[in-house]
Amino acid sequence: MIITVASGKGGTGKTTVAVSLALSITADGQDLADQDLTDKRSVNPAHPLFLDCDVEEPNAALFLRPTIEERREVGQMIPEVDLEKCTYCGRCAEVCQYHAIAVVGEKVLVFPELCHGCGSCSLNCPTGAIHEVLDVIGTVERGWAGLPPVAGSPPSYPPHGGGGKGRIEFAQGTMNVGEPMAVPIIRQLKQWVIPPDASTGPVLPVPSVVEGSEVEGLGGTPGDRPVILDASPGTACPVVESMRGADFVLMVTEPTPFGLHDLRLAVEVARDELGLPVGVVINRDGVGDQGVDEYCTAESIPILMRIPLDRRIAEAYSDGGTLVEALPEYREQFQNLYAAVGRLVADRKGARA
Amino acid sequence: MKQLVILSGKGGTGKTTVAAALAHLASQELSIVLADADVDAANLELVLDPTKQEEHGFMGGQVAVIDPEKCTACGICADVCRFDAVRPHLHLETIQKPGFQEKTWFQVDPLACEGCASCFYQCPEEAIRMEEQQAGLWFRSDTRFGPLFHAHLFAGQENSGKLVTLVKQQARLRGLDTGAALVVVDGPPGIGCPVISASAGMDMALHVVEPTISGVHDLERIMGTTDHFGVPSLVAINKADLNLARSEEIAAFCAERSVEVVGRIPYDTVVTEAMVQGRPVTDYADGPVTDALKGMWSRVSDLIFPDGIDVVKGGQR
Repeated sequence: MIITVASGKGGTGKTTVAVSLALSITADGQDLADQDLTDKRSVNPAHPLFLDCDVEEPNAALFLRPTIEERREVGQMIPEVDLEKCTYCGRCAEVCQYHAIAVVGEKVLVFPELCHGCGSCSLNCPTGAIHEVLDVIGTVERGWAGLPPVAGSPPSYPPHGGGGKGRIEFAQGTMNVGEPMAVPIIRQLKQWVIPPDASTGPVLPVPSVVEGSEVEGLGGTPGDRPVILDASPGTACPVVESMRGADFVLMVTEPTPFGLHDLRLAVEVARDELGLPVGVVINRDGVGDQGVDEYCTAESIPILMRIPLDRRIAEAYSDGGTLVEALPEYREQFQNLYAAVGRLVADRKGARA
Repeated sequence: MKQLVILSGKGGTGKTTVAAALAHLASQELSIVLADADVDAANLELVLDPTKQEEHGFMGGQVAVIDPEKCTACGICADVCRFDAVRPHLHLETIQKPGFQEKTWFQVDPLACEGCASCFYQCPEEAIRMEEQQAGLWFRSDTRFGPLFHAHLFAGQENSGKLVTLVKQQARLRGLDTGAALVVVDGPPGIGCPVISASAGMDMALHVVEPTISGVHDLERIMGTTDHFGVPSLVAINKADLNLARSEEIAAFCAERSVEVVGRIPYDTVVTEAMVQGRPVTDYADGPVTDALKGMWSRVSDLIFPDGIDVVKGGQR
């Protein structure tokens, strides 16, 4: 099950919620088998996969503190012209919709920052003078994150195989400073780490959380593995790319006029344009006004969780502490949140079938 | 005329709160023009009580459309599309007709289409056309503090950078026409294309940062971006008392780069109250937040108008 955490407005607590959700549904005391680590499709569903898709300002790693095991440069394919074959006919410039290639006399200029990597110039070149080369615009990384350290003990995040602690598989993309386009990085990050059947697998009944609050035996098929995507603020193309293919979009908002205004826009994208089910987490509940509550009631959008305004959360956050670390009693609430999302997704699949 | 952009990298640090306060404070001394460059989630209008004067459509680019009558379902369009925007569909209309023939054709997902026209050029049946799309709206409004140029990018649309540039240009032209002294641009979060568009040609960028581990991390990246494009930086620390050690860390980071911290705004729920009332906080209540913002504006105006604000005022009719 793929859940994208979005918000519209920035700074409402997307990363706080996404990270705490991942930490809360990670089962303790289950070690990973070696095979789980090499074959991502067999990974135990109790080990969520977390993707930081806010490639412009990735922050989740500051809280999850993962051990990065693999790193790749990503970018897009831009044209390179073989001047031996080029006849300067100008067809490439004519077909390029982004003005990213220009023929001036006996010179061909390529503007990588305008190029979308569509490949149309090389397809249309009558003499086959254009081939494509990778223009690096960022990196993607993957690794594993442990549970946060117990208060008072030194931080320890052993690489896989030891510790016996629950784990989160972690991946993030980072756009190079000065680059304009985030979407190709998000797209490649998703292709790299999300198993192809992550959202199409049958959704098994998600156990409602039993007292004692450990999620035992979430079990099931690879399709049940929780995949959590932390999106960037806004509603434009990078957010759409982060939502595409998700089973559910969790909107984190604050009950203020700014929060509401941007929540509406984010719901327009997720629910109305992409047709995805949405639910709301109200953060800093108690500040502001009733607008978000009224809107959710009017639009039949479920409010799945409320996190009250609490200076302790803000202070923990400011130093890289997570909500569930600062206030462990929230762990159960996040488990319930996950179960509620699972039920909404299952209901929807049932309704469609 | 000078132009100032308010940025942050990380979202939700208080860009719009600061921009609205600057609009209020600056307009008491100078003639100003305002632009909201956060076109996918524009919030400045919520606290400036604007009256719309003009509304225009924004043509944001094109998408491919496949004519089902001409499509032979050869699939070349889907092969050449790098954006996974072309997918096979069953021709429903044909099915509904009596004696139907099942026909598969290809359809373009307009949200995924980046308008590259690669499919348009490759289709052997000439079944594909490129259609211009209205991607949003832009407005000129009047506010108590000066004209406001703002926009609304439709859900999930591309080309936010182009719309940012448009809004900013309109504000600048208006400013030049009316002899305004300052354009204040409320920027988008992030460091990508809309931010680059919002920063281009600005005289100064004011980064609003909060004293958190993410705020510090993101400040480094947004400053790297404005440095890259040659826009000088100033920094305001919002909610500065939330974590004094981190605030000092930011101050030290700025000192190292010779970037001035022009303001430290304390945490206070009055900011949210003012937002709920739809007013700039400086216009809503006196107190530590308003004092900090007034001090900040006085420093910003000294730096952006090095000859002194009185000279600028003297130059205005």
